Amino acid sequence: MINLLILPIIIPLFTAILLIFLTKYIVLQRWISGLSMIGTISASIILIQTVHTDGIQTLNLGSWPAPFGITLVSDMLSALLVATSSIIAFCCLIYSFRSIGEGREKFYYYSVFQFLLVGINGAFTTGDIFNLFVFFEVMLMSSYVLMVIGGTKIQLRESIKYILVNVISSALFVITVAYLYSVIGSLNMADISRKITEINQPGIVTVIAILFLIVFGLKGAIFPLYFWLPGSYYAPPAPIMALFGALLTKVGVYSILRTYTLFFYHDTGYTHQILMVLAILTILAGIIGAIAYEDIKKIIIYNIIIAVGIITFGISVMTEESLTGSVFYLIHDMLLKAAMFLLIGIIIAITGTSRLSNISGMIKRYPLLGWMFFLASLSLAGIPPFSGFVGKLLLVKSGFAAGHYIGAAVVLMSSLFVLYSVMKIFINGFWGVPKEFPNEGKVPVYMLLAPAGLLIAIGITYGIGAEFVHSYISQAAEVLKNPALYIDAVLKE
Amino acid sequence: MEILMAVIIGVLFTSAVYLMLSKSLLRIIIGTGLLSHGAHLLILTMGGLKKGSVPILGEHAKHYVDPIPQALILTAIVISFGVTSFFLVLAYRAYQELGTDNMDQMRGTEGND
Repeated sequence: MINLLILPIIIPLFTAILLIFLTKYIVLQRWISGLSMIGTISASIILIQTVHTDGIQTLNLGSWPAPFGITLVSDMLSALLVATSSIIAFCCLIYSFRSIGEGREKFYYYSVFQFLLVGINGAFTTGDIFNLFVFFEVMLMSSYVLMVIGGTKIQLRESIKYILVNVISSALFVITVAYLYSVIGSLNMADISRKITEINQPGIVTVIAILFLIVFGLKGAIFPLYFWLPGSYYAPPAPIMALFGALLTKVGVYSILRTYTLFFYHDTGYTHQILMVLAILTILAGIIGAIAYEDIKKIIIYNIIIAVGIITFGISVMTEESLTGSVFYLIHDMLLKAAMFLLIGIIIAITGTSRLSNISGMIKRYPLLGWMFFLASLSLAGIPPFSGFVGKLLLVKSGFAAGHYIGAAVVLMSSLFVLYSVMKIFINGFWGVPKEFPNEGKVPVYMLLAPAGLLIAIGITYGIGAEFVHSYISQAAEVLKNPALYIDAVLKE
Repeated sequence: MEILMAVIIGVLFTSAVYLMLSKSLLRIIIGTGLLSHGAHLLILTMGGLKKGSVPILGEHAKHYVDPIPQALILTAIVISFGVTSFFLVLAYRAYQELGTDNMDQMRGTEGND
């Protein structure tokens, strides 16, 4: 199957186009989008197996050979991320069936949802730096619509800021690509990497590296550039928030991971040092936010920022072990963060508020919700044997081994604060005297719990089956550590 | 020619930043438009502004213009038009709904109080 790796992009694309014509038929839309999502997931899982057995898959669009045409490349990292994001999108989709409301469903919600998946899967798969920009834009454009769909006051207000930030960062992205093109003279990522090796990364390439860090840092929310995130992600309803929190920032992190391991690995003293300082500050800023707020949405939103910091710390250490840890933690965080957002979405739907002081005693009436939240919290904080533990262990171990004691200590400490912040929700929200909740009985709790439960189950299997997963993850990290593998696979030398 | 282009790009960026720092939403949108125009000109300039024939490797063409930057800005222009039009519609709707186009009054307080 030579065209296998384009399927996770093409299936959602055609579904999205088809759904535009079917906006009046809500049930039909649900069925079509659900089925196409299952197709996408199966394609991505077959893709993982193919990459596992046959190595990196490439596809030259229009049969133009690699450095000239647009290439799609699927190595283990991108295949894993495509599969993870498809699974998360599927769960968010099922969750939206019962919670998003007819008004949104009639106004192209499912269609835009599929377009978002096109952008995300495309950004993970593309092997061309300008195409990365294009897929970023596809993704951002759909995220603008998803953020504003429904048109409540807070959504309108926050999406203006979100769009403004992203327009500026997109302009900066174009500028950076232009600089890179003028220095290197190529857009194919493998070719760029090879040419940077030939000229041995002069100062100008380091400047471009920092520019890329700013661009992707804005999308991925690293330390000084995360300012837009808490406000913007606060506005949309739960399934959209879960999609954004789990996937959008991770695309930025993936791009940092890709460019910093594929392009700018010759002169790591400067760029990776900056990345490390920023990663540590990101973790600290996220911790401060997560323990400061009394609002459950804000607490989980700041947990995104902590996770981004932890993953970028692994990238900045740049050993094979730390990259393995980063990839492991990246996938873990995508799964669990999505589950967490879906769970707090249920809490908010039942109680009608996200203020922690107005919620208490939920475990009396919703024991399943309570225990699932508890499991997700433990997993998020990295208690063994759950999935957060393995990634964090690898990151901390490699950090200490490489002599980055402060960073490793901060990563270690962050677990404690993550645990504190989510346990705060658990203790205050689920324990105590049960209160009367306004929407009790109106919310289809079990229907909504199913997708979150699926995500938690996958997350826990991922952690307990770490031995099995590790062979896949280490294959991904091997390519990251030896860019030559990637280059050879793309340029066929 | 490159120097002239650099100056124009600089002027576009300064005006864009000036406009985007103002409070009125409409000015901000015009600012983003100017910003993306500056970025597009930058791509074109970065590809090199050789005076020459059409971008076809003919037998006698000594200089030819690199076609890739033109393809790139074509894509980027389309995207920026799309985003700008979306932004304009959003601003209009937000003006209707919120009753203001002043960014100072759009400050959010949810979750902080």
